[in-house]
Amino acid sequence: MPDVLHNNSLIVFLILTAGVAAVVGLFVALTIFLGPKKPNEIKDAPFESGFVSKTDATQPFPIKYYLVAILFVVFDIEVAFLYPWAVSFREIGAIGLTSMVVFIAILAVGLYYAVKKRVLEWK
Amino acid sequence: MDSGDFMGVLPELIVVVTALLAILADVASKGRNPSAAQGVTVLGLAVAAAVALISPSEQTMLMAGQLFNDGFSAWFRALFAVAGLATAIFSPLYLTHRKIRLGEYYSLLAMCVFGMMVMSAAANLLLFFVGLETMSIALYVLVSFRRDDAASVEGGLKYLVLGAFSSAFLLYGMALIYGGIGSLDYVAIGEALRQSDGIGPMTVTGIGLLLVGFAFKVSAVPFHFWSPDVYEGAPTTITAFMSTGAKAAAFVGLIRVFGVALILTSEHWTTALSVMAALTMTVGNFVALRQTSVKRMLAYSSIAHAGYLLVGIVAGTPQAFAAAGFYLIGYALMNLGAFGVLMLINQRGKGDYSFESLRGMGTVYPVLGLMMSVFMFSLIGIPPTAGFFGKLYVFSAAIEQGHLWLVIIGLLNSAVAAYYYLKVVSTMFMAKPEGDVAISQPFAYKAVLAISSLLIIVIGLFPDQLVTAMLRAVP
Repeated sequence: MPDVLHNNSLIVFLILTAGVAAVVGLFVALTIFLGPKKPNEIKDAPFESGFVSKTDATQPFPIKYYLVAILFVVFDIEVAFLYPWAVSFREIGAIGLTSMVVFIAILAVGLYYAVKKRVLEWK
Repeated sequence: MDSGDFMGVLPELIVVVTALLAILADVASKGRNPSAAQGVTVLGLAVAAAVALISPSEQTMLMAGQLFNDGFSAWFRALFAVAGLATAIFSPLYLTHRKIRLGEYYSLLAMCVFGMMVMSAAANLLLFFVGLETMSIALYVLVSFRRDDAASVEGGLKYLVLGAFSSAFLLYGMALIYGGIGSLDYVAIGEALRQSDGIGPMTVTGIGLLLVGFAFKVSAVPFHFWSPDVYEGAPTTITAFMSTGAKAAAFVGLIRVFGVALILTSEHWTTALSVMAALTMTVGNFVALRQTSVKRMLAYSSIAHAGYLLVGIVAGTPQAFAAAGFYLIGYALMNLGAFGVLMLINQRGKGDYSFESLRGMGTVYPVLGLMMSVFMFSLIGIPPTAGFFGKLYVFSAAIEQGHLWLVIIGLLNSAVAAYYYLKVVSTMFMAKPEGDVAISQPFAYKAVLAISSLLIIVIGLFPDQLVTAMLRAVP
């Protein structure tokens, strides 16, 4: 066996890529050639949890959904940071406390801005 | 984090506080009057620029080796703050004319400056990426700030999609470099390369992807297609800011990553980079020749200038990086000034930034015309301006490294560029003005233009001081 093939991660990568492409390609090709094709209206409809879809999904949403979603992401991430901070509170000490206070202060400004812009009023 | 760390990141802290205060000032004015937010931003960025320049810039690391605190980061932090400052001073005129009264604009501008500062000081690929995204996300919003204008929204969307695409290249490249070398830290990467003999295919792939990502960000040909549309669609103030600040931030990152950390692998990317440099200069200039809008012409010319700067990166010596730093500072001054005059003149008439809009305005407003001529001569590279010495230093550093053909292409391109820059000057002075020529010229606005044109001349007359400072600052 030539030395280039021995313990070479590029060769391993190429073999894996070729293997995945071959197997996936084989199954796709088999489905196309062997599978029976009897389309009807219900089969062609997009699947949405078993409900019959009524209208097209590409219609305008009220913007307030997006605003709430964005606010949720912001505070969800805050919680994601707060939890490990609380767990390791003793180890990281004063530096951790100041960093967290700064972080929460910045988010508080954001929340204040959102409140003043009346994002949270659902009308 | 001790007090030294705190003092080292003081400019960044000031900019963050500025951004927060600007948004609070806007809320306090009930979102009707952005001038409070503008005032806060101008003040904060001016203080940040001053602090960045006077703070001691010994070659140290901050935040447990995450940030460089060297002369280069000091100079460029100041440059980004000044670019943001000039943009904030230019903005009210433009925004009032377009009936935009949102103070968030200034807050986003300050956040952008913060991202650029992090990019220029980062000593870690991931931190660089965080800075890049902070800058880019603020820019996506700023580009599409004229929400009722189709071109602006189109520009913002294009920038978002292609920016995210190129960020993916950068990240994948970083991941592969981490896999191949075992660190994301610039210093550690340089050290690991010094001790190893040759690099594996994974690292080469990573470097290639990283190069593509950077080429997107500095809009080098063939990764430049986003930039003319984005530059044209964006509010002109933001175009001026992007083509100077964002470009400089990406170039500082390029110098730190390719010029310092990965310099020992240069055999793998010098050829690619020099072909890119040649293409960027040529395509940028030849397409700029055919533009009828001065705004779009300046967009293509900024692609061409990215090409000249890439020649400096190809040369790959500390002298070349100092020259590129010099060039970036001069280019920021002249391009901000050129956009400033252009916006001032386009308050009247159709405001379409066409060459016709400049007709005869140099004879009506001789001071403006003179300043625009300084900016244009500097963009061409005619002595005694900062633009001439920037090109001189970059090209001579490239000749020393034996890249003669690149320099010849660069010089030929400079000659081509003279046509469209001089066309601006000749339209301003040789044609008769048409229609209503009255424009308002706020004092602060004119002061920024006057200071930048004076600085261009002063740097052109005494280039030694700045280039020595750059040589001392270079990483």
